[in-house]
Amino acid sequence: MSGWQGLDQFLRTDPRDVGCEQAMEVLDIYVDAVIKEGTGATERRYPGVAAHLRACGPCGEDFAGLLAAVTGATS
Amino acid sequence: MSLAGGTTAGKVSSRGPLDEESREWLRCLAGTGRDSRSNAEREQALARLHDLMLRAARAELGRRSRPAGVEGRERDDLAHQAADDALLAITGKLDRFRGDSRFTTWAYKFVIFEVSAKLGRHYWRNPPAQAGDDAWERIPDRFGADPAQHAESRELAGALRRAVTEVLSDRQRRVFVEGVPLDALAAELGSTRNAIYKTMFDARRKIRARLVAHGYLDDEEPGMS
Repeated sequence: MSGWQGLDQFLRTDPRDVGCEQAMEVLDIYVDAVIKEGTGATERRYPGVAAHLRACGPCGEDFAGLLAAVTGATS
Repeated sequence: MSLAGGTTAGKVSSRGPLDEESREWLRCLAGTGRDSRSNAEREQALARLHDLMLRAARAELGRRSRPAGVEGRERDDLAHQAADDALLAITGKLDRFRGDSRFTTWAYKFVIFEVSAKLGRHYWRNPPAQAGDDAWERIPDRFGADPAQHAESRELAGALRRAVTEVLSDRQRRVFVEGVPLDALAAELGSTRNAIYKTMFDARRKIRARLVAHGYLDDEEPGMS
């Protein structure tokens, strides 16, 4: 490594990553699962979606936004 | 199917029973229009849903507005547009709601996506000054190069540049180097977030393989490629 930890992390790809389309298709189910079962259990249940949300900035933003909307509305 | 071509690991296939609140939303929104009572119920439900969408759009734009550079009246206009478009999409796709999530979670998804898409298009109305220019010079900052390891960083920067030039296609090169947000790039290229992400995903794998092969990065972790 040469002090480029960000590059190393960015270049690593997870073969389980399902991509934006599949992840966004089920984002509402995933968010409800996070609220009901917790993050760890949901990530274990849907590893391909979790891998994608970790790697894709825009989808990660959508996940954070949807979670905030749902928890804000129900709190 | 994963992006790497594997099986359906991670694909969600659950189907839950409809909760009472979701059932009530569907009943009101699907008013048949055959009597004034169901018409009134539907109108009230639409107004309530629009209100929820507008509040969510405002909150989401507030959460994202600093990096997106959208403020004041413009931000509120975007919130209204997102809420209007989300409501239209929801009512047009009611028959696709399967009850796998709560109705409101499913509905909020539309407005969050609308906010994302609108901010992606908005990016080009006022792009950051450096967008497209000197992209290579900004790469060390983008990827957290340590200034204390200047010589080593410069060597890796050179290797990265050679890898990008030699192993990527023109499209992969553009997506990788410019550092433009995915949604903004998708809007500019008339593409989708998924297609741009797939292009970037393949570019990441190719560059990493090249840098590992030449000894610039450590070999893969177990379970990663």
